[in-house]
Amino acid sequence: MRLPWKKSERGIGGFSMRGVKREEEQRRSVFTRRALVLGGIQLGAFGFLGYRLHKLQVEEGARFATLAEENRLSARLLSPPRGRILDRNGQVVAGNRLNWRVLLVAEQTQDIAASLETFSRIVPLTENERARVERELRRRRRFVPTIVREFLTWEEMARIEVNSPDLPGILIDVGTTRLYPEGEHLAHMVGYVAPPAERDMDGDPLLQLPGVRVGRSGIEQYHDLALRGRAGAVQLEVNAVGRVIRELDRREGVAGQDIEISIDAELQKTLRGKIEEGTSVVVLDARNGEVLAMASQPSFDPNIFNSGVSGAQWRQWTANRATPLINKATNGLYAPGSTFKMVVALAALEARVTTPGERISCPGHLDFGDTRFHCWNRSGHGGQDMRTAIKLSCDVYFYEMARRVGINRIAAMGRRFGMGVDLDVELPGTRRGLMPTREWREAQGRPWNIGDTIVHGIGQGFYQLTPLSLATMTARLATGRALQPHLTRSIGGRAVRGGRAEDWPMLGIPDRDLRLIRESMWAVVNEAGGTAASARLPAGYGQIAGKTGTTQVRRVSREQRERGYNVNAVPREWRPHALFVAYAPYDNPQYAVSVVVEHGMSGSGAAAPLAKDIMVDTFNRFRVAPSGPRMAEGRGG
Amino acid sequence: MSQVFEKRLLTGDRGAGVFQKLWRIPYSFVLLLCAIGAIGYVALYSAGSGNPDLYATKHALRFGFCLVMMLCIGLVDIRLIAKLAWLGYAGALLLLLLVALHGEVGKGAQRWIDLGPLQLQPSELMKIMLVAALAAWFSRASWERMGNPIFLIPPIVAVLVPVALIFKQPNLGTSMITAALGGAMFWAAGMRWWNFALAGGAAAVAAPIVYDNLREYQRARIHTFLDPESDPLGTGYNIIQSKIALGSGGFWGKGFLQGTQGHLNFLPEKQTDFIFTMIAEEFGLVGAVTTLGLLMLVVAFCFLVGLRAKHQFGRLLGIGLGTNYFLYIFVNVAMVTGSIPVGGVPLPLISHGGSAMLTTMIGFGILISAYVHRDAEFGAARE
Repeated sequence: MRLPWKKSERGIGGFSMRGVKREEEQRRSVFTRRALVLGGIQLGAFGFLGYRLHKLQVEEGARFATLAEENRLSARLLSPPRGRILDRNGQVVAGNRLNWRVLLVAEQTQDIAASLETFSRIVPLTENERARVERELRRRRRFVPTIVREFLTWEEMARIEVNSPDLPGILIDVGTTRLYPEGEHLAHMVGYVAPPAERDMDGDPLLQLPGVRVGRSGIEQYHDLALRGRAGAVQLEVNAVGRVIRELDRREGVAGQDIEISIDAELQKTLRGKIEEGTSVVVLDARNGEVLAMASQPSFDPNIFNSGVSGAQWRQWTANRATPLINKATNGLYAPGSTFKMVVALAALEARVTTPGERISCPGHLDFGDTRFHCWNRSGHGGQDMRTAIKLSCDVYFYEMARRVGINRIAAMGRRFGMGVDLDVELPGTRRGLMPTREWREAQGRPWNIGDTIVHGIGQGFYQLTPLSLATMTARLATGRALQPHLTRSIGGRAVRGGRAEDWPMLGIPDRDLRLIRESMWAVVNEAGGTAASARLPAGYGQIAGKTGTTQVRRVSREQRERGYNVNAVPREWRPHALFVAYAPYDNPQYAVSVVVEHGMSGSGAAAPLAKDIMVDTFNRFRVAPSGPRMAEGRGG
Repeated sequence: MSQVFEKRLLTGDRGAGVFQKLWRIPYSFVLLLCAIGAIGYVALYSAGSGNPDLYATKHALRFGFCLVMMLCIGLVDIRLIAKLAWLGYAGALLLLLLVALHGEVGKGAQRWIDLGPLQLQPSELMKIMLVAALAAWFSRASWERMGNPIFLIPPIVAVLVPVALIFKQPNLGTSMITAALGGAMFWAAGMRWWNFALAGGAAAVAAPIVYDNLREYQRARIHTFLDPESDPLGTGYNIIQSKIALGSGGFWGKGFLQGTQGHLNFLPEKQTDFIFTMIAEEFGLVGAVTTLGLLMLVVAFCFLVGLRAKHQFGRLLGIGLGTNYFLYIFVNVAMVTGSIPVGGVPLPLISHGGSAMLTTMIGFGILISAYVHRDAEFGAARE
């Protein structure tokens, strides 16, 4: 075997020229063939590259052109300031304040996790916060900033600023946040805002922006669209890291509109200072249905929702049996008790089953079949007409009236007064309540007995009514108009309908009947023997007309009654609720009030004095600052 | 002795003088290279957003320097080059080893040697030197001898050692290109086709075994190489943006200095690996195909030199250097069009960066020498 590196023994000179030539020819022809093969392959490869270029640049050119435009152009939304909510005197009850915050732009950092890690060494982040940021980053496009942390202190900002070279993608930014200067005082009406959830994404691009909030309850929720405004947009040319090269186009947004509500913040605060846990109060302008104040104790601080409610806080709210998050004025359901007697009386008059002058005798009870229905006054009221029966709140009279009229006509009259129907109040979640009828009971598969009708004559039984609907009833009794309780006075400076008495149609109840009822209610407070002398206004305030109510929370059996039932001895949650409805002044109704004191024992004892206090406060408030209805009209457009 | 050497150095065959040699220089080829260099200047002017100081001026200066150097090399007797080929190979190998030793320092891939104004990537130099060395080895081998496997062992080793070193850098792309280049040389030299089949079969069998014995991080490297999309912030992103730039250029392009992808920095490394994309975005399919056509002419010229040479050394040089340049073009353009998943291969003479240009021009210098001395007498082939 010949090793290749060994020199050929024959050497160069050993070849014959012919041999060399033959060798050379062979080598050359092999080379040429193979060179052509290689060249062919390479030519084919060039052909392939040409095909690729044609495919990308001509066939798919349009698609890539679009992608390049998308790369180049970045439409940034401009977040408009959220509209403010003002009380009837122009005081801000929901405003905006500056909020220093840290944003993360995904496309400006190579490693999101590393940026967050570095950041958390400067301002500690919890696991939850980090998870939220990462979740939001996944949901958004890469150039849309996501909030990492809000409400930074000055010191935190300084530390972030100093370390900014180590924090790619992290930006400091000033945004606005919602501020409720009155805190928990107006929380149930004004509501609160929270970051939008998936289900809030209604296609409004504004909701994609960091820091944007949507209304979650109350006026904030009801007027969310008006308050929100419309996002402006600026079209920018950006480079690969999102830096703006130039602005191509700008479309200004529309700022959110200010909403003026009918609440008087000062009155509201005064009022809240007077009520205890479990009490709810509604003050309406009886002339047009504006809600002047509405309190439900306890309440909550809506500012907490801005920065996110902690689990502990939420548990504390939901575990509280007094339900701070729930506005009992619109969501608490109560039997109206004797405050309902005016409706029964009007139903009886309209059905012509009695006359105002008919005297019904009260021996202290009414026997029907083998059931005995007691009057609250065991010794009886003797013979009495309608006016006296209301003044003394005689039960037997109304048992008899109910028996004559029937439940359905009572319910129909109740609905005309705004009870058991949906009210047009701008507070989402307001309960309709229940105005029982025969058909309602039968739909449950139970019979309606005449005994049920008798009990419902004094406002006991299946009724479930809100304090707001009781106040509505009172205002309608006072004015005879089908006014709706409402809060909105103007939106963006433009007055809304409903501010004048004439905006509301008449109820269609004969004036004579209403006058009788009003006079009876006047007598309740201002005549000797009336059940609510405790609600009489001091001299100089005009006169109040009202009606007490005390409703059993728990049925009292005959045996208990015979053994001597003492309501003062039972546990608090078994004690009856105390109610009072009133309007004033009697001769020129301006304000309608309803008061519900849970477990307050008696309407005359607990609710009537409170109602009187509230009336005094209301008079004082508007006498000092006489802000009658429709102040907004003057500046509306 | 020194006189003989001088004569050999300065004269071609038939005692041709320097002027005669200058006469024989293929000026059309030189002009072609200048045209390509000019395309590079225009593209780099745009890549610098209209600021020539950034890339374009340096490119022009570098090109000028390399052009002179190429012409000088072109005048050197091809037989002397053949003699020095293995020396050059040894030098390149030494540099590769040097880089491999210092490669442990720093962040992984150390591929550069700093030569002051010029940086040299030994792997680039190695490709040229490998072509020359293999051409020298095979130049005297007869067809018969090419059938002798033992004769093939030294050149196989000469290919595999640098391939392995480059692979270790790690620069998988260049190491595969180097291997392919070696393969082309063996093919052109006349290695039997069934040897190729055998080698291919052996590689197919060995690949999974080698893969199994790789460490985890080594496998990860191969994964990133084969599937750049798995690294969406790195290579994958680049490829996507490159395709968008190419596609949005359309038929006529967006116009000089009007490429949004390039100028807004969506296009990564636009002055080096993605310079072709820059051209295609701004000058469209027309510009891209024109550029590609000129580059193809360069390759074709190399092959032509090989076919016209009267000696095997020149022939193999032509094929080798042509294939080398072809591999640059193909891998680069295929990469920027998203056709193959490779990264880090420049487009010499157009891309910014001295290493590839320097070594390519050295190669073309050798090529010109082969053309000038195409009729030089070498010793006859050995059995």
